[in-house]
Amino acid sequence: MVVLQVIVGGLLLGAIYALFSSGLTLIWGMMNFINFAHGEFVMLGMYVAFLVVVWLHGGPAVFTLAAAFALLVLGIAIYLSLIRHVIRGPMLAQILSTFGLALLLRYTAFYIFSANFVSLPQTWLAGTVNFAGVYLPVAQLVGGVIAIALTVALHILLTHSTIGSRLLAVAEDRAAAMLMGIRPDRMQMLAWGLSAGAAGIAGALMATAYPWSPSVGETFGLIAFVVVALGGFGSVLGSLYAGLIIGLIQAVSAFWLGAIYKDIVVYGLFVALLWFRPQGLMGKA
Amino acid sequence: MNKALGSRLAVVLLAAGLLLYPMVLSGAFYRDIGVTFLLAAISASAWNIVGGYAGQVSVGHSMFFGLGAYTPLMFYTLWGWPPITGIPAGIALAIGLSLIIGTPTFRLTGHYFSMATIAVAELIRIFTGTWDFVGAAIGLQGPAIARGWWDLTFRSELPYYYLFLAVLVTLLAVTTFIERRRFGFYLRAIKASERAARSLGVPVRRTKMQALVLSAAFTSVAGSLYVIKTGFIDPDSGFGILISVQMVIIAALGGAGTLFGPLVGALILIPLQSATNTWFGADGSGLTYILYGGIIVLIARFEPGGLFDLWQRARNSFRKRFHA
Repeated sequence: MVVLQVIVGGLLLGAIYALFSSGLTLIWGMMNFINFAHGEFVMLGMYVAFLVVVWLHGGPAVFTLAAAFALLVLGIAIYLSLIRHVIRGPMLAQILSTFGLALLLRYTAFYIFSANFVSLPQTWLAGTVNFAGVYLPVAQLVGGVIAIALTVALHILLTHSTIGSRLLAVAEDRAAAMLMGIRPDRMQMLAWGLSAGAAGIAGALMATAYPWSPSVGETFGLIAFVVVALGGFGSVLGSLYAGLIIGLIQAVSAFWLGAIYKDIVVYGLFVALLWFRPQGLMGKA
Repeated sequence: MNKALGSRLAVVLLAAGLLLYPMVLSGAFYRDIGVTFLLAAISASAWNIVGGYAGQVSVGHSMFFGLGAYTPLMFYTLWGWPPITGIPAGIALAIGLSLIIGTPTFRLTGHYFSMATIAVAELIRIFTGTWDFVGAAIGLQGPAIARGWWDLTFRSELPYYYLFLAVLVTLLAVTTFIERRRFGFYLRAIKASERAARSLGVPVRRTKMQALVLSAAFTSVAGSLYVIKTGFIDPDSGFGILISVQMVIIAALGGAGTLFGPLVGALILIPLQSATNTWFGADGSGLTYILYGGIIVLIARFEPGGLFDLWQRARNSFRKRFHA
């Protein structure tokens, strides 16, 4: 039963990995651009949730939406002020822009919130349910289910809507999309908003169930790399499967090898993927 | 003034300044800054070979630094050998690791290389922290008191200063040598356009690999020098992300892919770092890194060529105004 508990816990956390990683893969697919600050977006989502609870006493629905909106705005602002300008520049500028941003956000968070771990006060999501002998914290269950639903929704948005077609058209061929009357700049701005928004919601969902500190951004950023590498760069559906797999692998290796080894196993998997299957599970060769 | 003569004069002045610095400013504080500056310049110049000249941006170079830092103290801890004997082994390990990372990622676009470097550096950092054989989270200690000159444990900063200066000069000489060879032209071609370089017959993967190996070897030496001076290493001071950050920011600030860029970057950043640490206290390291992040973003957004590029443009416009 304990093993089953571990597996379910891993899958629920993996669902949240899937949600924020789908944001990273969207940017990669759209612009061939890797966002080193993506984990920091998740971390900021957590602190937005925290501030909304502490200052406004908002419930889970309120702080999740607030985190989504705040990060959506931040994503758009970062696109407009920074990414738009470096995207046609040299590789160095592309990588340094978000790498520097990650440091800026991470250490600003350290400065403001200190390195201590915090967790949200009890909400109506507290407590556990007994599901066929497996005890599940309600917050984890709700968070995991919402995360899966949102990741699937993002996939459907991309594949079955006009907006999605426009986004994919820009990803496919910027110039051709422009000739079809699509404004690539706007679509990329939208992608950054969606990507950061997804990270923000994921952060808020995680904040209900797990304690955190400003350093989690670095870990989540790297986990997002691994998820995207496993799922295939640019595939939202791929990152859904890969997120669940990584969550599972982490939980199982923490259980059998010890908590400290869970990240070692996951990063080791990343190196193995680069060697043997750089296109990932669902990616194009 | 003739351009070649002018730059030659600048190099002579720089060399004289570096040689005389610890004599002129002989206080312990200034000598300490001087040694820190040299070490930062060595690390950043080593990064510059692959990150600047080849345009393959590593954000995890601390892994090579850390290997170079750990092996000398491993040799000392295990067999009581002088730390300096660990340098060749550190270089060998760094080269091995660079092959492991470069072989798969150099087949792909540059983003994969960047992601792999940060992930592997973090992997090694966490792993080192759990491995008792290398002291786990506590780290390793070198000889407290020199058993002989070969331990290179000096009270004064002066021997370190000139040792580091010698290594820096060697590294810059190697870089100059590369710049003028076919290899240097290959690197520039790859940086400008990998596809175009390949179509012209440049062995792209092999060239990138050679650049990484060379860069890793020198970064490892930088790590060894660091540990020989401080006599102590732990996972964060060897493999921590901030070690990588410092190399990147110094090279990019001065001008990535230029010979003296890292020197200029270190000349600005190291005194700045020392100043912020003094102003904000030891707890202010957070503020220092906020500043680092801000500087990196600003460079990326406004001056990806660094100060070198800015200076060249300023000089050109100045000349144009006078000759027009």
